[in-house]
Amino acid sequence: MPDGATPFVLDVKDLKTVFRTRGGEVHAVNNVSFTLKPGELLGVVGESGSGKSVTMMSLIRLLPMPPAEIRGGSVMFEGQDLARVPEDTMRAIRGARIGMVFQDPMTSLNPVFTVGYQITEPLRTHMGLNKAQAADRAVELLELVGIPDARRRLDDYPHQFSGGMRQRVMIAIALACDPKVLIADEPTTALDVTIQAQILELIKELRQKLGMAIVWITHDLGVIAGIADRVMVMYGGQVVEQAPVRELFANPQHPYTRMLLETVPHIRGERQQKLRVIQGQPPILSKAPESCPFRARCPQAFDRCARENPARHDVGPSHDAACFWDFKAGAPRNV
Amino acid sequence: MFDAKTAKKLVEVRDLKMHFPIRSGLLRRVTGAVKAVDGVSFDIFEGETLGLVGESGCGKSTCGRAVLRLYEPTSGSIKLDGEEIATAPFDKLRRLRPKMQMVFQDPQASLNPRMTVAGIIGEPLMEHTKLSEKERLDRIYQLMDAVGLNRDFANRYPHEFSGGQRQRIGIARALALNPKFIVCDEPIAALDVSIQAQVVNLLEELQDEFGLTYLFISHDLSMVRHIADRVAVMYLGKVVELGARDVLYDAPLHPYTEALLSAVPEPDPVSHDEANRIILQGDVPSPANPPQGCNFCTRCPKVMAICRQIDPEFREVKPGRFVACHLYNETRPETAGNAAQPTEA
Ligand SMILES: Nc1ncnc2c1ncn2[C@@H]1O[C@H](COP(=O)(O)OP(=O)(O)O)[C@@H](O)[C@H]1O
Ligand SMILES: Nc1ncnc2c1ncn2[C@@H]1O[C@H](COP(=O)(O)OP(=O)(O)O)[C@@H](O)[C@H]1O
Ligand code: SF4
Ligand SMILES: [Mg+2]
Ligand SMILES: [Mg+2]
Repeated sequence: MPDGATPFVLDVKDLKTVFRTRGGEVHAVNNVSFTLKPGELLGVVGESGSGKSVTMMSLIRLLPMPPAEIRGGSVMFEGQDLARVPEDTMRAIRGARIGMVFQDPMTSLNPVFTVGYQITEPLRTHMGLNKAQAADRAVELLELVGIPDARRRLDDYPHQFSGGMRQRVMIAIALACDPKVLIADEPTTALDVTIQAQILELIKELRQKLGMAIVWITHDLGVIAGIADRVMVMYGGQVVEQAPVRELFANPQHPYTRMLLETVPHIRGERQQKLRVIQGQPPILSKAPESCPFRARCPQAFDRCARENPARHDVGPSHDAACFWDFKAGAPRNV
Repeated sequence: MFDAKTAKKLVEVRDLKMHFPIRSGLLRRVTGAVKAVDGVSFDIFEGETLGLVGESGCGKSTCGRAVLRLYEPTSGSIKLDGEEIATAPFDKLRRLRPKMQMVFQDPQASLNPRMTVAGIIGEPLMEHTKLSEKERLDRIYQLMDAVGLNRDFANRYPHEFSGGQRQRIGIARALALNPKFIVCDEPIAALDVSIQAQVVNLLEELQDEFGLTYLFISHDLSMVRHIADRVAVMYLGKVVELGARDVLYDAPLHPYTEALLSAVPEPDPVSHDEANRIILQGDVPSPANPPQGCNFCTRCPKVMAICRQIDPEFREVKPGRFVACHLYNETRPETAGNAAQPTEA
């Protein structure tokens, strides 16, 4: 490895994002750190408002500023800190070196332009292809994501595609410039399960063919279990647990992760008589937390949890959790 | 616990159709119909939960609303406690209304933002009972207790509550007139995972306490497996399969049920490695222009020649087990199949 090189395509440290609203501050992202290895699929789970989207939008600087303000942290990508590069550098990276797919393709596709125009546009601006080259590449991309009769469909508008097909178009656009990292924010949440299954299958295929690294945001533990290599669990704007996917599901070490896994019903296997409930509500993020954000809902909580916000501790190989309770010892953690 | 053998039928739906006219041209002439619900039949036994599942647009909400006669059904019969609803005149309908209620998906949109919690819960009492103000307030408090809302919040407005609490307000309102039957239309779809269980457990507790009967509409097949006693699966305006929960989930008969269940990702990485997933090709056809023959024939992995010609009858193939599929006719020709691939996931 050459000097200064890292084993990560993306290395995010202590990211902090605050919204300044009329009603006061919202501390949406609090000291979030994570890494992404080449070709890896990192799943990000957490309930709505836990800071998943704002984290990813912060690192590609796609947030409205104001009200958003990035208060700190670094985002290392291809040798540069994205938190500090000028906006035109960022623009050249966004949508090219880092591709994006969002939940609702209807809001991210422009209804008045043909799908062909929207795929060829980044090819021409970022890759410098001419019109004919860009059209050929667009057909190739649409075929890659499984759109039948691709050349003819270049002239169609987004509304002429079904929901699942629109999401395939979004994926084709995100892949157009051969990105190193793909950020997918709830890309199957608005789709029906049979269509979701098609998209998940497509992503597995594309990973094998193209080998880009992916950050996949979802609130669906089933989806995560099926496609992630590693999982990061977010709660109240923080990362509360991080582990390889099998380890996380087999051996969760944060009380929130444990309860979340117990609260969802299963489609197969034993059927529980009564669902386990997580009492209470997620926290209000009006200031930087000085105690554990899960404390009010946590069955394990003890006095220390009210005094300090736990840092992430190693709890196993490549596995960390932000909690003062040690489940293995059945006692408070010695840190 | 509910037992289908001894229970009585509370709701009987026969060949219910709900078609919405499509108008076009300058004269807005009717040029076609969206066959949102196209001939469905089912019973709901007293005290049970019938789950109604299927993908978006297949007609679940329309079915639920038509059953409560919130729409004027195109044809068919709906009986509640033996009384015909589908064609009941206004007076009779008004008398029956209190017995049947609805809980909606979006608690935000279904609650009047300018009314207090007490006003919202008390509204059906104002409309259908002659309770004094004091009696009404007592009843409102009673209902708030039943759904786990703090009485101190009676004078607050819906926006001051979280999604889960707003759903509790909607449930309290639905319970106000002591209904027998409640249609729950995606009651947890707008809620976070950690809040869904709170609401589902509440619905189960209320069912036990008040002997309620539910039609539980949801696209969440795992949650329906948890809450329902029997399950009906809809596809493009029709019920394609209906049966007791465990047999339906363990050994689905209809190829659509089979594919739908296999598409649900389990929250367990090990199960994904072993899964033999059926990936259906293509999309659901439009209910304005359903295919000839079986509605599922354009995507069915087991399609046969007959399926593209004749619409299969919805039949009881085993006691309590209904399916609409030519595979379960007495004589069964060879299958040809669409290009659906079972894949190693
Ligand atoms: N434009 C905004 N103004 C104020 N607060 C915002 C804005 N966008 C997001 N937030 C807040 O940031 C927090 C994190 O939101 P988000 O990252 O979207 O959550 P998730 O993606 O996990 O559902 C939430 O409390 C949300 O209300
Ligand atoms: N009021 C209406 N007018 C016309 N079409 C409707 C109306 N309500 C629903 N539909 C159509 O009927 C079909 C079934 O819709 P719906 O019952 O809402 O499905 P689901 O609840 O299963 O998602 C859809 O194609 C929908 O567009
Ligand atoms: S730190 Fe304390 S309150 Fe927070 S999750 Fe751990 S035990 Fe619970
Ligand atoms: Mg989000
Ligand atoms: Mg609906």
